[in-house]
Amino acid sequence: MRGWFAALLGVATAAALLFLTLPVVAIFVDTSPARLLDSLGEEGALDALWLSLKTTALALAIIVVVGTPVAWLLASRRFPGRALAVTLVELPLVLPPAVAGIALLAALGPEGILGGALADAGIRLPLTTAAVVVALTFVASPFYVRQAQAAFGAVDRTLVDASRTLGASEARTFLRVIVPTAAPGLAAAGALALGRALGEFGATLMFAGSLQGITQTAPLAIYDRFATDFDAALALSAVLVAVSAGILLAVKLVRGGEALDRAGA
Amino acid sequence: MRRAALAVLATAAVGCGGDDEPGDLVVSAAASLRAPLTECSRDGEDPRIRLQFAGSDELAAQIRKGVRPDVYAAANTKLPDQLAEEGLLEQPAVFATNRLVLATPRDSRIDALDDLERPGLRLVVGSEGVPIGDYTREVLGRLGPAGERAILANVRSEEPDVKGIVGKLAQSAADAGFVYRTDVGAARLRAVPLAARLQPEVAYGAGVVKGTDLPEDARAFAAGLRTGPCAEALRAAGFGRPHGR
Repeated sequence: MRGWFAALLGVATAAALLFLTLPVVAIFVDTSPARLLDSLGEEGALDALWLSLKTTALALAIIVVVGTPVAWLLASRRFPGRALAVTLVELPLVLPPAVAGIALLAALGPEGILGGALADAGIRLPLTTAAVVVALTFVASPFYVRQAQAAFGAVDRTLVDASRTLGASEARTFLRVIVPTAAPGLAAAGALALGRALGEFGATLMFAGSLQGITQTAPLAIYDRFATDFDAALALSAVLVAVSAGILLAVKLVRGGEALDRAGA
Repeated sequence: MRRAALAVLATAAVGCGGDDEPGDLVVSAAASLRAPLTECSRDGEDPRIRLQFAGSDELAAQIRKGVRPDVYAAANTKLPDQLAEEGLLEQPAVFATNRLVLATPRDSRIDALDDLERPGLRLVVGSEGVPIGDYTREVLGRLGPAGERAILANVRSEEPDVKGIVGKLAQSAADAGFVYRTDVGAARLRAVPLAARLQPEVAYGAGVVKGTDLPEDARAFAAGLRTGPCAEALRAAGFGRPHGR
């Protein structure tokens, strides 16, 4: 009678693995290595990948620089409205990308809340590379802040207290003790945000548009080829899968293996 | 183990078939047809009509990849003709025509194609292979190489369908774009008509997808695009009558 539960777990896991890997495997089944290389030589494909890497790296830099102190504040302080702040930071996590696109236009577009102020400053965001970075930062930052907050929360308080007792300021303790201790968790948080940013589609299309070399990131280039050249779309998808898997693996191997497992990623 | 997993998947798939009952008539239609087709196939029909709108090229790509709606209605005749040649569609027929206009936000001062050559102007167009994008390139091609080049240099986005262009204009994210005449009303955009010599022939073709479970209903729906409530809704929305062919 005990066997049925183990069997159920096995069946569920097998079904999940099959369901999750089959589409990814299909991309590679339909793409020969030669075709893959060809597609990289194709006009626009490298542009799209390069733009994706560039905008994702920029977005991640902004997310880490601003998000790390935010995560530490939310993890270490109790203050009125903290729960609200946590919820607001996490909100983009559950927003559909199309809603994120509309929201960014409504806030930062020429007709948006800050549109007039931005125009006065000579800034017109939509349809620019900067708009891509803004869209990626908006959708990906909650992934980082959330995980980073958890990583900071798991730092042993006695370490922090020891550092403070020995006379180190909070800033020094943060940089020398807390961040190094939480580093694997922070790396995992960064990987999650990176993955989300690399795959961003809807908000980018709505807020930044799609133009080769300027705003057409790899997911947009894949969609652009979907109707006219399915093979090229497949090949570009294969590259993106490889890049994403590479990032995930690198983080797992270099430092965050345990942390990733712990974070459930 | 594999068979068990597939069985679980199959059960799950059957369990959530709620809004896609086999008896529904599925119509894949060009994004620009949304308003009139939604209006004319609204209530109490049997079988229930399910409309799905996207770029015509995208819908054609889906059909080529094995997706099987019952009727396909495109914003050109090229795609339905191609699908018919490939044996995926019954003989398509033209059911409506349209015109291209230059659309701008309400407060724009653009009133001629020449204005599109101004440096720094933000133009959005349909991407190549999408009907609106191909028509746009046809218009620009008739301007002569210098004008075409100057205008193409101002393209800031190549959109996968008309909605993307209209949306960006409505939000003033772009200064101008080429859309169908029928798109400007609902979005409250300003339309600058194109000279007759620049106007491409915009004809909408529809056909019954081969292998449909509901051939009678599908043919009736396709015929209804030429005469009947859907034809009337198309005229009311500004689409022209099919001529010739």
